[in-house]
Amino acid sequence: MGEFKVHRVRFFNYVPSGIRCVAYNNQSNRLAVSRTDGTVEIYNLSANYFQEKFFPGHESRATEALCWAKGQRLFSAGLNGEIIEYDLQALNIKYTMDAFGGPIWSMAVSPHGSQLLVGCEDGSVKLFQITPDKIQFERNFDRQKSRILSLSWHPSGTHIAAGSIDYISVFDVKSGSTVQKMLVDRQYMGVSKRKCIIWGVAFLSDGTVISVDSAGKVQFWDSATGTLVKNHLIANADVQSIAVSDQEDSFVVGTAEGTVFHFQLVSVTSNSSEKQWVRTKPFQHHTHDVRAVAHSPTALISGGTDTHLVIRPLMEKVEVKNYDAALRKITFPHRRLISCSKKRQLLLFQFTHHLELWRLGSTVATGKNGDTLPLSKNADHLLHLKTKGPENIICSCISPCGSWIAYSTTSRFFLYRLNYEHDNISLQRVSKMPAFLRSALQILFSEDSAKLFVASNQGSLHIIRLLEGSFKHLHTFQPQSGTVESMCLLAVSPDGNWLAASGTSAGVHVYNIKNLKLHCTVPSYNFPVTALAIAPNTNNLVIAHSDQQVFEYSIPDKQYTEWSRTIQKQGFHYLWLQRDTPITHISFHPKRPMHILLHDAYMFCIIDKSLPLPNDKTLFYNPLPPTNESDVIRRRTAHAFKISKIYKPLLFMDLLDERTLVAVERPLDDIIAQLPPPIKKKKFGT
Amino acid sequence: MAALEEGFTLSAVPLGAGPHGLLGVEQSDRPDQFLVTDGGRTVILYKVSDQKPLGSWSVKQGQVITCPAVCNFQTGEYIVVHDNKVLRIWSNEDVNLDKVFKATLSAEVYRIHSIQGTEPLVLFKEGAVRGLEALLAEPQQKIETVISDEEVIKWTKFFMVFRHPVLIFITEKHRNYFAYVQMFNSCTLSKYTLLLGHEEKSVIQRFTASVDRKVISLMSLSSDGCIYKSLIPIHPNDPEKNQRVVRSLLLKTVVSGNVRNGVALTVLDQDHIAVLGPPLPASKECVSIWNTKFQTLQTSKELPQGTSGQLWYYGENLFMLHGKFLTVIPYKCEVSSLAGALGKLKHSQDPGTQTVPHFVNWETSRGYGFGSQNSEQSKRILRRRKIEVSVQPPPSKQLLSTIKKDSEKRIVEELCKFLASKQTPDFHTIIGDIVLELLGRHKVEPSFYPRNALMQLIRTHVLSYSLCPGLMEVALEKTDVQMLQLCLQQFPDIPESVTCACLKIFLSISDDSLQEAEINMESVSDYIDSVQEEKMEEQTEILHNGFNPEEENCDNCDRELNKKPQDTAEETTSCPVIPKRAALLRNAILHSAYSEMFLLPHLKDIPAQHVTLFLQYLYFLYLKCSENATMTLPGLHPPTLNQIMDWICLLLDANFTVVVMIPEAKRLLLSLYKFVKSQICICSELNKIEVSFRELQKLNQEKNNRELYSIEVLELF
Repeated sequence: MGEFKVHRVRFFNYVPSGIRCVAYNNQSNRLAVSRTDGTVEIYNLSANYFQEKFFPGHESRATEALCWAKGQRLFSAGLNGEIIEYDLQALNIKYTMDAFGGPIWSMAVSPHGSQLLVGCEDGSVKLFQITPDKIQFERNFDRQKSRILSLSWHPSGTHIAAGSIDYISVFDVKSGSTVQKMLVDRQYMGVSKRKCIIWGVAFLSDGTVISVDSAGKVQFWDSATGTLVKNHLIANADVQSIAVSDQEDSFVVGTAEGTVFHFQLVSVTSNSSEKQWVRTKPFQHHTHDVRAVAHSPTALISGGTDTHLVIRPLMEKVEVKNYDAALRKITFPHRRLISCSKKRQLLLFQFTHHLELWRLGSTVATGKNGDTLPLSKNADHLLHLKTKGPENIICSCISPCGSWIAYSTTSRFFLYRLNYEHDNISLQRVSKMPAFLRSALQILFSEDSAKLFVASNQGSLHIIRLLEGSFKHLHTFQPQSGTVESMCLLAVSPDGNWLAASGTSAGVHVYNIKNLKLHCTVPSYNFPVTALAIAPNTNNLVIAHSDQQVFEYSIPDKQYTEWSRTIQKQGFHYLWLQRDTPITHISFHPKRPMHILLHDAYMFCIIDKSLPLPNDKTLFYNPLPPTNESDVIRRRTAHAFKISKIYKPLLFMDLLDERTLVAVERPLDDIIAQLPPPIKKKKFGT
Repeated sequence: MAALEEGFTLSAVPLGAGPHGLLGVEQSDRPDQFLVTDGGRTVILYKVSDQKPLGSWSVKQGQVITCPAVCNFQTGEYIVVHDNKVLRIWSNEDVNLDKVFKATLSAEVYRIHSIQGTEPLVLFKEGAVRGLEALLAEPQQKIETVISDEEVIKWTKFFMVFRHPVLIFITEKHRNYFAYVQMFNSCTLSKYTLLLGHEEKSVIQRFTASVDRKVISLMSLSSDGCIYKSLIPIHPNDPEKNQRVVRSLLLKTVVSGNVRNGVALTVLDQDHIAVLGPPLPASKECVSIWNTKFQTLQTSKELPQGTSGQLWYYGENLFMLHGKFLTVIPYKCEVSSLAGALGKLKHSQDPGTQTVPHFVNWETSRGYGFGSQNSEQSKRILRRRKIEVSVQPPPSKQLLSTIKKDSEKRIVEELCKFLASKQTPDFHTIIGDIVLELLGRHKVEPSFYPRNALMQLIRTHVLSYSLCPGLMEVALEKTDVQMLQLCLQQFPDIPESVTCACLKIFLSISDDSLQEAEINMESVSDYIDSVQEEKMEEQTEILHNGFNPEEENCDNCDRELNKKPQDTAEETTSCPVIPKRAALLRNAILHSAYSEMFLLPHLKDIPAQHVTLFLQYLYFLYLKCSENATMTLPGLHPPTLNQIMDWICLLLDANFTVVVMIPEAKRLLLSLYKFVKSQICICSELNKIEVSFRELQKLNQEKNNRELYSIEVLELF
């Protein structure tokens, strides 16, 4: 297959933000996740847990609460005191509204999905009516002494429970008055702690209120009498989150020790109807605080400071014991944060608030498989570009020639011209960007670096011609009439004639850049597109979907290629389909048109279309290099998928030239080393 | 929790009460019927549940009843005294008191006492006491004077202590109080002077008393509104000598001070007393229930129309005069077994045995109404024999009537028949009733102790402590270790105090009497025997959980232990108790459910040498446990290591100050101390190792973690 020199890059110092909230939507089977940097991500649990959308964060917008309302509307609230509604089609913020109660700590949507409650720093609980296009303040409930940290509606919508500091209040929704106040014991392991923070409450339909607090307790209260019914001391540290299943037969809590406990309502004896909440399963998938949990019908979902999103299917709820029943741990974003200039061997790293430009090193030595070659020149950190303003970077790109860098935040688009003079590098911002170029979801340069393609969040695609130090707007492809879906992925053919663009659900559109027309639309597929690329010479569009299917579509012929039909007919190898991270990048070998290079977080693969496809009996991964095997055996076992799992977690991989690869790894240990230390637990003694 | 229920008035007829109220309310021989004597001429018999009088008797005009009427439980007749000296005895059928039996006595009567199980006693104003029979045989006999001049009897009460009648009366002379305790089995009269302590000036207004096994606790309500308690021994050390009794404060200011009249108190049970009186100077009169153990007011009820300051308590009813009416307030104090709710539950159920229903299942009992009965009956049609059974009165009723009169042998026969018949949903409540009935008969005729029947009932696996609260008390009284063992094994809800009482008996019972008793040995013998044959060498090594004592920094205790290695080994290898006792302790006590908080105070009462013995045994069990890798004892249902450790900790917690003073226990404590120390050492060593491992791991990571940037060669095949 070939020998490559691989630039193994580990200096991408990326640390994902900790997870603050998760909210599960049963109807669409989607999960909204907010992170400490304010980013909100939408995962489609039906589509192999693919992160299909994201809303960039903002420095001042620490999200404290996240919830879904009727009609799959997503709201968040945070410490800046604002309630935000997100536009899931256009991928921007629909509006923000100040609740005028100081920082908002908690939010809950009524069981019918038509009312929104927020709990504020000043102790007020505010009720908002959700109107079709906005929310409208309705009234305040009785003001409490201290901040409202958690809220939960009674399933009938008549009462709510609000967790504050040291007590839980139950409100009557109609009158807005407190009907019950339940004081929580401050005692913590026999020692009186100063305050007991109610991190979470859950109101069950039988009137039971479950609370979790900073003293490590899970408590059951009778809301009618205000009495403590049961107490479980489950942790030596805070219990920070709780989520109840829709059937109210199980719930999940997360602790600051990284443990997630599953509680279930089980019969006291095998045949009695009397049921009792029992702590059934502890899970330790996290090292740090579990700040948020969610309970889908079939899985427990948890996330926290250690940045992992863990989806733990409940074995008793999973009907088919297939690969969906496996534990999922999602750490890295399902999109590219790295772009590469092949000509100058540059890597552009995207962080939340800055960009880094690195030049790869070089070597003159050669070696055999597995050797580490001595460097004649080390990698250089060329540039550290900080964003202006509090907004996070949405996307960034470096041109193949290395002389242009573009990036975008929610409200501004930046384009820079880079000049190289020997070892010096100068940066010049291209000013006076046109008004329509405000926010981009995806940026792409053409192969010759003469054109810039920008997918804006209005669904339109802009083509800009780049000149020395200036630019010219060439054309804008307006979205199909009636759709507002934004394009998140772009691909341009190396000859510069074709542009492919994909949204989150509809099919891939292919535009002819020469005559600036829509050329064709690839039939839409059930699963979202995770990566796109157009092959040189043949202009075949290769599309990877979140269900691990890969299609090859001939743009000139407007149909799937023969190879694509063959592999669809035969089906992919089961091990290929069982991978649990999506393919995030596809590239091609300039000299070998039959090769497709693609990678996910745990492997990279070169598909050689000339070789026979593997069937389920074939040995899929052949990790051992053949030593003295005869050519016959080698030919017999050879199949189209050449897979390497040496580099992981793999965030980016591309071919720099025929014989050189660049692989950007981000070892998990390096991320953990940058997190705050977890709560130390003694293993021995008491 | 104690609670007062809604009260009701007994009679609408205003009693001739006057300012002094009633003379008294006394029990009659039938439950639920009470004799009420008013201050003038009338005695009325009331049925409380029906709230109506069943009979009324009056003395002639000009005569005055001077002492409340009582019932002679042995004959069912009523006795009253009028004009201080004239005794009248009549029965239900008599109409006119003038025509009934009359006896004129030579001295003035203070009170007639009558309680179940003994003949009535007559207490004369001069302090002499006579049995009724003896008195009637010679009414004009000379009555001696017991108390001195000017001494006046203020209050009196009659108890049965271990089936022996005991009478106590309090006299007053110049603000000094004396208590007289008359024992009838030994005919001794002891006199005690009640010392008032600091509250010399206060006047004692009311008394009440309860009796424990050996002491009478006399409670007195003083004019300062506080209740004081004095303990008077029943068996005095020196009956001749005039002894002094100090009183201690029991409850502070339960009624407002300076109230002359309208206060009263009565003991309800071990921990509860009822107090009548205004709680605050200005407030209305109240009846309140106080818990003396926790010093808390449990409940109270206002009596706005005032009372006469008299309070009687029989069965479950409090009687008092409210305004002009006699009011009955039912009082309930449910025995709550917290062990069942809070405490450590019983260890796992034996797989073979039937599970014990922990609580009465009211659902099924209620559901056993029409529908289920019909289906039951339709099934019965198929079997003729069953039809016959269903025609007969329910077998349980038949059995209950058998219990009332027949011999033990006959009862056992009937019981077998009953147990063989089909079990109904309310089976366990019926079994509970049967046990209560048996115990009731035992109470009346103490010679009747249907041990076999009781054992058989316990073995039905459906009984619990709360279903037959008296059973274990009786077994304790009889020191019936076999039954106690069985109860401990079967009952899920034994209060800690009873568990502890059992433990005391198990530890104190002599070896000889143990040998006679039939005790379920389960598998105790096999390992105790094996132990005694074994040699000790290997055990000293396991002794400290793999921690070799020699390697430790030797300190004093080590040296002392090492001085006599032979002894230590002996001590550890041989079981300190005989197998039967071991079986009792191990299989019954260690498995029982308990809650530390409630058990600890009772454990303190165990004598020190017994504590030591038990500790030795537990330590021995621990050593046996640590012999094998799984840390379990051999045999069926052994106590777990945790249970053993918990009991060691509990015993030490409760008795440490005592145990530490006992020379015999020194070695044991040292070895326990050493054991704990070695455990701490191990833990700290493990923690040290953990830290070093983490460092190693870090080093390892750094090694793996090659440079941030490298160029490598990769060949894909």
